Amino acid sequence: MSAPGTEIHAGAELLDVRDLTIGFPAGEGLLLAADRIDFQVAAGRTVGLVGESGCGKSVTLRSLLGLVPYPGEILAGEIRWLGEDLRGASKQRLAAVRGIEISMIFQDPTACLNPVFTVGDQLIETLRKRGGMGRDDARRRAVELLDRVGVPSPERRLRSYPHQLSGGMRQRVMIAIAISTRPKLLLADEPTTALDVTIQEQILSLLKAFQQENGMAIVLVSHDLGVISETCDEVVVMYAGRMLEAGVREAVMSSPRHPYTRGLIKAMPSLEISDEPPPAPIPGQPPNLADLPPGCPFQPRCELSRPECRSLPVTLDADLAGHGCACPFAEVAV
Amino acid sequence: MSAAEPLLAVSGLTKRFVDRHAVVDKLRRRPPATLTALDGVGFSLLPGETLGVVGESGSGKSTLARCIVRLHEPDAGSVMFEGTDMLSAAGAELRGLRRSIQMVFQDPYTSLNPRLRIGAAVAEPARVHGLIERGEEEDYATELLERVGIRPETVRRYPHEFSGGQRQRIAIARSLAVKPRLLIADEAVSALDVSIQAQLLSLLEQIRSDLGLTMIFIAHQLAVISRLADRVAIMYLGRIVETGATADVFANPRHPYTRALLEAHPRIDGTRVRKPAVRTETPSPYSIPSGCRFHTRCPLAEDVCSRVDPPAVEVPSLRGGHVSACHVLARAAEAHTPAAVGDVGG
Repeated sequence: MSAPGTEIHAGAELLDVRDLTIGFPAGEGLLLAADRIDFQVAAGRTVGLVGESGCGKSVTLRSLLGLVPYPGEILAGEIRWLGEDLRGASKQRLAAVRGIEISMIFQDPTACLNPVFTVGDQLIETLRKRGGMGRDDARRRAVELLDRVGVPSPERRLRSYPHQLSGGMRQRVMIAIAISTRPKLLLADEPTTALDVTIQEQILSLLKAFQQENGMAIVLVSHDLGVISETCDEVVVMYAGRMLEAGVREAVMSSPRHPYTRGLIKAMPSLEISDEPPPAPIPGQPPNLADLPPGCPFQPRCELSRPECRSLPVTLDADLAGHGCACPFAEVAV
Repeated sequence: MSAAEPLLAVSGLTKRFVDRHAVVDKLRRRPPATLTALDGVGFSLLPGETLGVVGESGSGKSTLARCIVRLHEPDAGSVMFEGTDMLSAAGAELRGLRRSIQMVFQDPYTSLNPRLRIGAAVAEPARVHGLIERGEEEDYATELLERVGIRPETVRRYPHEFSGGQRQRIAIARSLAVKPRLLIADEAVSALDVSIQAQLLSLLEQIRSDLGLTMIFIAHQLAVISRLADRVAIMYLGRIVETGATADVFANPRHPYTRALLEAHPRIDGTRVRKPAVRTETPSPYSIPSGCRFHTRCPLAEDVCSRVDPPAVEVPSLRGGHVSACHVLARAAEAHTPAAVGDVGG
């Protein structure tokens, strides 16, 4: 541990991501899957990265643990974990952080669990290797953990193979493995996207409950503004690898500043039935990252678009705490 | 409901899948495992109406769509399209019926032939059904593609050159090519990003009113159907547990499962700490619980629920035809109108 014996206070800054830029080679050039991403995560808080397919939210999340898929790489920026720059960290150091201080869960638990080992094997292995427990202690703890994440008859389930479990149960097992080392930070990449809505609700409230018990911080990636809004304290809205808006949840959701955020909120399918015509959808489609329009990437689809949008830089006018927006004309036009 | 002749009348539709090849069952000389996908589903649809079918994984909503067009042969029940029995039709009659009912599927990546130019893909069904002659394909396809918002100059491109949302537009154009009366959209917008999903919903709304289409719109999310559906049918483990006018069902859900679905829907103005509406998971469709199939997860379950299958009962509603199958909530409604109905809707 980087700071052995140090108590992390609620609200203390754990992770500080500055100007994170991730590139992938594309033909002759380079495409930026994430361009100057900036956010901070404090103990006990949840930060949500939200955006549509290809906005760079997942690659940003993965890069935090050095998991940018080849041939992509981090080109610039800092990932400060408890003050230490993880970007420059050695393989050994990263391995010591991964799964112990920072854990990760994914959208598809089937792909992350080994199909030829039982749930018990995989959970107990983690506890012994990462938590340094003896066999009996690890087994006892494994049963506790499965019970804690809501797996019925946990003793028996230790002997189940992943394919014998439903999608929701597999995700619970993944969460049990991820939290088995009592990480300070959990990275969650679309953890409920593949699940039914009643199960999604159970999983999200499970994550919340853990957070309240252990003061764990969460970075949650989702395409679903509803999920983000119900779980997160701070929200970062991404589009084509850029941050377009960032702020505390209440501010972003109730008074969104960027035209893209406003459009997304309006586009959300709603349970309200009204006779009024639905709002006009955002026209067009997200740009190809290898062939971005100049200036603001959202400009070709934007209702407030003006000529200057093609030349001005896309930079937030305030940080996460100050509810930043990357559109200088958002308020002018309203 | 008015006395107009329904376009589609489904009743008692049942489909079981029997796992005949399971080696373990054979070795142990057990009867093969049977998955009940549909268990006595009935509804009817008036011309121009849109029915939203909502349910989670394993509820049988896709099987229902496939049984209607006989991509699966149902084990029991009937499907009447404009008074003609779909299930006994064969040959030219079945081909004609199938022309009248078209489907759009969830995944536009697998429902379009990757080696067929989109113009050819869109015009092909019309030529097969004899609506157009050879040589007229490109003009016909261009017109349809324009209707769904695809630029006509792309008519000679291949599916991989389009995004998911555009491909779904192409799939819709293709389904419209044979001038169907009934369009069945099976999770047609579920795989798309929110901004693209909203575009597709507007498009479907537009097409429906232009062409006077009747629609069955299947989704796993209640919110997705709210814009299009006049009526909604909530499915759980092979049954319709509640149906009625969408506004009635949303405002006054009379089945605990519908209530759970509505409560579980994440909202952006949502209260943040709340208890999940239902516990545990959906039981396996290989072993459907006794009595009410929802009783294992139901917060209102009583003794009777595990023993007696609740009948579908009409509950008081503003627009009529609101039917729910719940012992507990039906009792509350009984004081008003004790009208038991067999098939839901009708």
